[in-house]
Amino acid sequence: MSALVVTPVLVPLATVVLTTLTNRRPALQQALSLAGVLAFLACAVALVFLAAADQPARTAFGSWVAPYGIEFHLDRIGASLVLITALMGTASLLFLASDADPGPRHPLLLPLVHGVLAGVGGAFSTADLFNLYVWFEVMLICALGLFALGGRLDQLDATFKYLVLNLLGTLLLLIAVGAIYGATGHLNFGALSAAASGMPPALATVLLAALLLAFLIKAGSFPVYAWLPASYHTLPAPILALFAGLLTKVGVYAVLRIVGDVFAPAPGIIMEALGWIAAATMMLGVLGAAYHWDMRRILAFHIVSQIGYILLAVALASEAGNAATLFYTLHHIIVKANLFLIAAMIWRLTGSYDLRRIGGLYKLRPLLGVLFLVPALSLVGIPPLSGFWAKLIVLQEALAQGRYAWTAVALAVSVLTLYSMVKIWMQAFWKTHPDTKWQLPSNTRLGPAWAATLGLAALTLTISINPEPLLDYAQAAARMLGG
Amino acid sequence: MTAVIALTIFFTVTAGLYLALSRDLFRCVIGLAVLGAAANLVLFAAGRLDSPLPAVVPSGDSILGDAANPLPQALVLTAIVIGFALLCFSLVLLLRLMRDARTDDSVALRHAEPRPDDPVKPPANATDCDVTWPPREEQK
Repeated sequence: MSALVVTPVLVPLATVVLTTLTNRRPALQQALSLAGVLAFLACAVALVFLAAADQPARTAFGSWVAPYGIEFHLDRIGASLVLITALMGTASLLFLASDADPGPRHPLLLPLVHGVLAGVGGAFSTADLFNLYVWFEVMLICALGLFALGGRLDQLDATFKYLVLNLLGTLLLLIAVGAIYGATGHLNFGALSAAASGMPPALATVLLAALLLAFLIKAGSFPVYAWLPASYHTLPAPILALFAGLLTKVGVYAVLRIVGDVFAPAPGIIMEALGWIAAATMMLGVLGAAYHWDMRRILAFHIVSQIGYILLAVALASEAGNAATLFYTLHHIIVKANLFLIAAMIWRLTGSYDLRRIGGLYKLRPLLGVLFLVPALSLVGIPPLSGFWAKLIVLQEALAQGRYAWTAVALAVSVLTLYSMVKIWMQAFWKTHPDTKWQLPSNTRLGPAWAATLGLAALTLTISINPEPLLDYAQAAARMLGG
Repeated sequence: MTAVIALTIFFTVTAGLYLALSRDLFRCVIGLAVLGAAANLVLFAAGRLDSPLPAVVPSGDSILGDAANPLPQALVLTAIVIGFALLCFSLVLLLRLMRDARTDDSVALRHAEPRPDDPVKPPANATDCDVTWPPREEQK
């Protein structure tokens, strides 16, 4: 049992070591990388089963008793997010074998990808505030490596902007962690939760606000999301899909864990502010997307917009809101990563990410057109796709709490999201290609890309047709929070 | 002592933020490093500065008496190591970036932004200007 609890970190880290040692033998490195991610997936499935059977894997390192040792605790939320991390890792490593914008094959590419997986897995597993900071740093340094790996000027530029703005967030996180330790004397989530009620309300509000601001920078929320659209579009597609699916969601998870679990019930003023931040995030994200013509830029702005919906669910600060947060996050990670992967396939077939320079794909690849619609309409929230259920439970709870303004913003943003997705579909698939001499390239190797995207679309459809099990799981997860 | 530490942190944060907001890329990175030092000082001060006694249990006793809190020192050490790694990375990145871009002015760094000659709306005429960035030959 206690061996399983460290696997979200240990398996990817072991894979990092193995793939680094074999970086001169690409075939062996590739095989080890796939074996590593599949082992990670198997462990994650086992962790979810344990969590669902109410026997969550947990351990305190060094056998120190709870408030002193660093604790790993995989409850339903953590375990399901670790599972989705492993799934995303599998999908993007599979996609990497195709020739749809995989980027240059650097010997350190695979070790860094597994390093990101280790950081994300650790952040979802840990029950210690300082340890959470360390996993954010692991993610940051591996992500920086992946940004800079291509070495193109625009990538270096993006790396620098990503570095500076994320480093500010990390330093703020470190200061907030220090101040919270100074005020309570604890870093363990359980002990902090017990100590939080004894803190003076004003002090608790200030410390919590600093901590949340740091996590919101990581999550890419208004007004601190500038690093995301400035950098993400320079990444190779499989890495971009991995980052888009996972990295910002770790920030959101941290916000949920802090205000929904450790410091629950959080001060009202913080939740009120979070709700308005969420509304502004979704609106500005979708407006940014409406302006652009590059598919990667459009989709990158949609990450920001969707973060707004998830934060809105957190800001509702109720059991139903927390359940909606988990449901929305899981649905969104699959859909978002899939959209980026399909955009890369469009790039391979038409030769550009710019919607003004491509077209005519529906006549030649109708299946790709239908495949794109699954995640695209799910992102918008068209029934009966998974995004519809996710938005339904968020907005039901918002209406039940009388938050009419937030609901109205969320609905308006859905319409604008529809505009964006229809824009991509009309321009890439429906209109004729602006270059009359354009032909489909003949020497493509898109098999692995089809496998990855069809697999993710099948997952989305499964959640769409039968949302009940996931909904029950999310509600059971939310019941365990804050107690 | 507490007042001295508080003032030190205040001045370090001020200096770090001032440098980090600079247009000069090198100053910006150095500013972040100084801010990192301020964060480490905050972490260190979180353990209180009242006791100079080492955190060692005297022989014969089973509990620690009035000693300094050792945990913040472990935390600061972790943060220093991480900060050092990030500083090294950012300096190397900076050298590469300044060499390739031939500038150290952050305002001139617009290589990841849309092309300045791209009239985002209305749609560009697909035949007479290359709006794909990076240019297509670089993508190969």
